[in-house]
Amino acid sequence: MIEVSDVYFTYPNGVEALKGVSLTIRDGEFIAVMGQNGAGKTTLVKHFNGLLKPTRGKVLIDGVDTQNVSVATLARKVGFVFQNPDNQLFCETVEDEVSYALKNFGFNEETIKERVDWALNLLDMVEYRRVSPFMLSGGERKRVALASILAWDPNIVILDEPTIGQDYQQKERLRQFILQLNNQGKTVIMVTHDVEFVTDCKPHIVLMAQGRIIAEGEANKVLTDPEVVSQASLILPEVTQIFLGLRELDLPQDVIDVYEASRILLTKLGES
Amino acid sequence: MSPSEDDGGPELAIIKTENLTYTYPIGVKPAFEDVSIEIEKGEFVVLTGPSGCGKTTLCRCLNGLVPHFYGGKLEGEVTVAGLRVTEHPIYELAQHAGLVFQNPENQLFALSVEKDVAFGLENLGISREEIQRRVNWALQITGIEDLRNRAPHELSGGQQQRVAIASILVMQPEVIVLDEPTSFLDPLGAQKIFQVIDELNKDLGITVILVEHRLDMASRYADRIIVMNKGRVVLNGKPREVFDSEEARLIGIGIPKATRLYQLLKANGVNLNRVPVTFHEASHVIKEAFIHDRS
Repeated sequence: MIEVSDVYFTYPNGVEALKGVSLTIRDGEFIAVMGQNGAGKTTLVKHFNGLLKPTRGKVLIDGVDTQNVSVATLARKVGFVFQNPDNQLFCETVEDEVSYALKNFGFNEETIKERVDWALNLLDMVEYRRVSPFMLSGGERKRVALASILAWDPNIVILDEPTIGQDYQQKERLRQFILQLNNQGKTVIMVTHDVEFVTDCKPHIVLMAQGRIIAEGEANKVLTDPEVVSQASLILPEVTQIFLGLRELDLPQDVIDVYEASRILLTKLGES
Repeated sequence: MSPSEDDGGPELAIIKTENLTYTYPIGVKPAFEDVSIEIEKGEFVVLTGPSGCGKTTLCRCLNGLVPHFYGGKLEGEVTVAGLRVTEHPIYELAQHAGLVFQNPENQLFALSVEKDVAFGLENLGISREEIQRRVNWALQITGIEDLRNRAPHELSGGQQQRVAIASILVMQPEVIVLDEPTSFLDPLGAQKIFQVIDELNKDLGITVILVEHRLDMASRYADRIIVMNKGRVVLNGKPREVFDSEEARLIGIGIPKATRLYQLLKANGVNLNRVPVTFHEASHVIKEAFIHDRS
């Protein structure tokens, strides 16, 4: 469980990125932190693995104050996949990269091999095992970064803008993968401004603007509220906009999913 | 489609490629292969396709980065604004076709927005007055006059991307090629950039080639969609035709939700009058279906 209480954070250059954020994330939840560029999304999630410590307020991970533990200790529990994989990758081969943290955590050879095989297989990266991460495309490097985190099986997985630079099919694979992780009981937290991706995954939404949380709740409630959506520099989901243009048909205004939209319309057409 | 299409109209095709194939120096197979496309002056074309399909490389060919900068082997024909790319240097081609990249940080380097925007012109030996006039114009069109004296690296991603567009626009190119210009921006910021690009196209008649994965947002502006897959052009047509095609579904491009909804209804026996691409169109044709149903 992650408990954030009244957290303020000021960067050394004086920019106040968080201005009193409180939030509780329970085990097994699936959360999307959304909002405009510079809203404080990445700053907030960097508090979850202790990369940043609050200037004021408290962050507890499973009851432990992040002020009192090192990033290395927290890392065992919380895996963080950066927006730009180049900030994370540094080994000579994909295999070294994925096994690096496992070695640091002191796993034995056999377990390391097992975990690396498992992670590479999961992300369809087996053929790149002996390739340098820097020879791979941006999308592939992102997958290596993800594999290297999943290899040590953290309970909480944080993904910072996982869809940037990914094409439609890669996004679709990523979506299934995230849902699968969540189904296995992992807490998944993603930072994103990809509205359509979110309507396909339907996580719980935390909406931020200017260092504060401005709305929180189910995706179909938060993302269909025109006021908070525009405050967060997002736009309404396509499906919501289609239904907005059909107000006289008396359709529900909290629909974000294209399959649900089609079911509603078919029922309505059947009635008339 | 324009009436000139049948007779080829070479004076109207601002970009023309014929059986164009290119292989990078370290490449074992071509980055793109046998590409034959014609783009008319003033068209707004969205170029899409899975990662690694060759679309970025094709764009690099339009201002001569391929092959002049990257080397490698280019076969077939490519002309931009009547110039054969193989026979003209990058600086000359760049005055006709400007490239805007995904991440504006790769493009901006000067100490002020104004200097960044003026840079390309200063290298062409144009008079101070003319430079000043064109810089003012480009800043105004992109809506960043008030940022003139700011340092580009202090700006937001959306503002930086506008500076990058202004610094291309100042060259007054006939063609602007943008490679995923909004992927780092939040949706509202992205929408504003698309609107700026749309104005360049509609008001100034600049030919636009926009590389995009996020078709929900981009395709409403497009006259045409070109889809590449594995180095080849596999679909080339009006947005509604491309999105509703079986090939688009098989390749797996991000078909707009408006078109998806149309397809889902159709699969259940409801035929809307027209294939919608935007949410406006979808609302409209669905409304028609209800009226028709009741009458």
